Amino acid sequence: MRETPIISLRNVAISLGGQRILENFNLDIKDGEFVTFLGPSGCGKTTTLRIIAGFERPDSGEVLFKGRNITKLPAHKREINTIFQNYALFPHLNVYENVAFGLRIAKYKEEIVEREVNHILSLVSLSDFALRRIDSLSGGQQQRVAIVRALVNRPKVLLLDEPLGALDLKLRKDMQAELKNIQKQTGITFIFVTHDQEEALSMSDTVVVMDGGKIQQIGTPLDIYNEPRNAFVADFIGESNIIDGIMIEDCLVEFAGEKFRCIDSGFARNEAVDVVIRPEDIKLTSKENGRISGMVTSVTFKGVHYEIIVDVNNFKWMIQSTQVQTPGEEIGLILEPDDIHIMKKSEHSGEYGDYSAFSDEMYEIYEENNK
Amino acid sequence: MKSKSKWITVPFAVWVIIFTVVPLVLILFFAFTNEDKIFTINNITHVGKYSSVFVNSLLLSAVATAICLILGYPFAYLISKMPEKVQSIAVILVMLPMLMNFLLRTYAWMTILENNGILNSVLKFFHLPALNLINTKKAVVLGMVYNFLPYMILPIYSVLMKIDKRLIEAAKDLGAGKMKVFSKVIFPLSKPGVVSGVTMVFVPSVSTFVISKMLGGGANILIGDLIEMQFLGNSYNPHLGSAISLILILLVLICIGILNQYDSSLNSKNKSQ
Repeated sequence: MRETPIISLRNVAISLGGQRILENFNLDIKDGEFVTFLGPSGCGKTTTLRIIAGFERPDSGEVLFKGRNITKLPAHKREINTIFQNYALFPHLNVYENVAFGLRIAKYKEEIVEREVNHILSLVSLSDFALRRIDSLSGGQQQRVAIVRALVNRPKVLLLDEPLGALDLKLRKDMQAELKNIQKQTGITFIFVTHDQEEALSMSDTVVVMDGGKIQQIGTPLDIYNEPRNAFVADFIGESNIIDGIMIEDCLVEFAGEKFRCIDSGFARNEAVDVVIRPEDIKLTSKENGRISGMVTSVTFKGVHYEIIVDVNNFKWMIQSTQVQTPGEEIGLILEPDDIHIMKKSEHSGEYGDYSAFSDEMYEIYEENNK
Repeated sequence: MKSKSKWITVPFAVWVIIFTVVPLVLILFFAFTNEDKIFTINNITHVGKYSSVFVNSLLLSAVATAICLILGYPFAYLISKMPEKVQSIAVILVMLPMLMNFLLRTYAWMTILENNGILNSVLKFFHLPALNLINTKKAVVLGMVYNFLPYMILPIYSVLMKIDKRLIEAAKDLGAGKMKVFSKVIFPLSKPGVVSGVTMVFVPSVSTFVISKMLGGGANILIGDLIEMQFLGNSYNPHLGSAISLILILLVLICIGILNQYDSSLNSKNKSQ
């Protein structure tokens, strides 16, 4: 990377409450990017954010801001602002004073404070609410106050700690678009923390998938989705069928008792691998026309598509299809070479990707509904 | 559910009626009548004669309250910053003197402050000049501060404890150093605690009679002493006593009213909810 990253974490380790959260953690974040830390709760994503903000000091390692070591710089001296999960708006101040807080601390002249605050409030359609108390605002309005309270200070980096978690689905979609828009217009580096993979994929330039205090994969949303590096990423990002396979040779893999052409290469001969097949990539056909076949055990209507669980030699596949199927019927599956993605075996192998537990549960619900 | 929960308040309502409303009505009745139970405002006008006692009481209580606030706030703040286990020990230590009898505590101060008391013996030992503290206003203020300090510390501490740590982080995040975090976030948010602390120290201070009697001698009588004298002393006059009590209640209510102005933001919040 030629350009100096705006934020770098170097060999960062931290323990909180006697528990090791991060160890030997390294990450570079490019200026002007929309970066998302994505992972399940307890994966260390929020702690990483708090280290960048300056609320937690790592036990060892360094935090660099444009190449300058800021590990020991207290939070209030960093050119970084945060939008907190619960917004953390000041209940004793009205909307205007909340937004003006940072500018007042920075001792801007009153006319500048007034101009800036009024301007930014009008951008998020909150001008009429300037003198309102925080607790008289709706969740979405509080969210917008929290965003502009941080943005009005023109930070170099904006940290967002699951800021949309408390909003309902419709509002969340709107705010996602609004945040992405703000990021494009201002060019400020956004570091966004979420456990919602759809949110991560639709908003980010770069996604950092985390689990157990380690980075599992860094890449563009497309890379992460299409080329997951291990079973954890494949399972966490979208739905995946993950099957044990053997790489016979380049572009030829064996799984489910059959040999398939694929597009991956670079593996040893007869290497054991994880095979990932996305549920929406599988095409359905009659039993006779399919390469592999199985019995439909459950069908669930999901709106856009049906979620169909098919039992192929005791391995339950999830398939998403717009065609409805009948439980109990035998059907065939068609897999094209570019539907098949091969991953090296990892510590996560075998943990994910089988829908048997899932389908039993589904089956019971199905039975209940058809009584 | 709702009709049931209403019944729970009945015992308290009965209690309030018997022990608060009835006595208040009696005070009102006595204050506006003479020995022959005939209406008069003479009692009220007579209270004017004791205006210096009122001024003295209000002044000493105000000084004691101010000292309690200056001592109590930083202490409450320190406790709220301690690790959780230490906090509960500190709170117990603050309350410990309250477990001892009020009279006994004040009596102990008498033996400390007396002219030949413990304090002066210690000073004498170090060849320092003796202090004349007993039977002075200083001793009365000291007694008030000592006895009522926990009532300042505890409400402030409990409000400080409840301040959302994320608000402090948000302030730091927006560039506020330690001093600014305190002046712009912590102190404004702790105002309700300060208001109730000030009320809980000022009100008992202004109506105390034990402290002034034991530590202030005869020269520093307060409103409380005056009232006590009307009911138990030689100048037995419950009508005047009631009139003084009534004026005291009004003064205290006015003080609380003024205090609550400082906390008006909180009241409006409660109303809107």
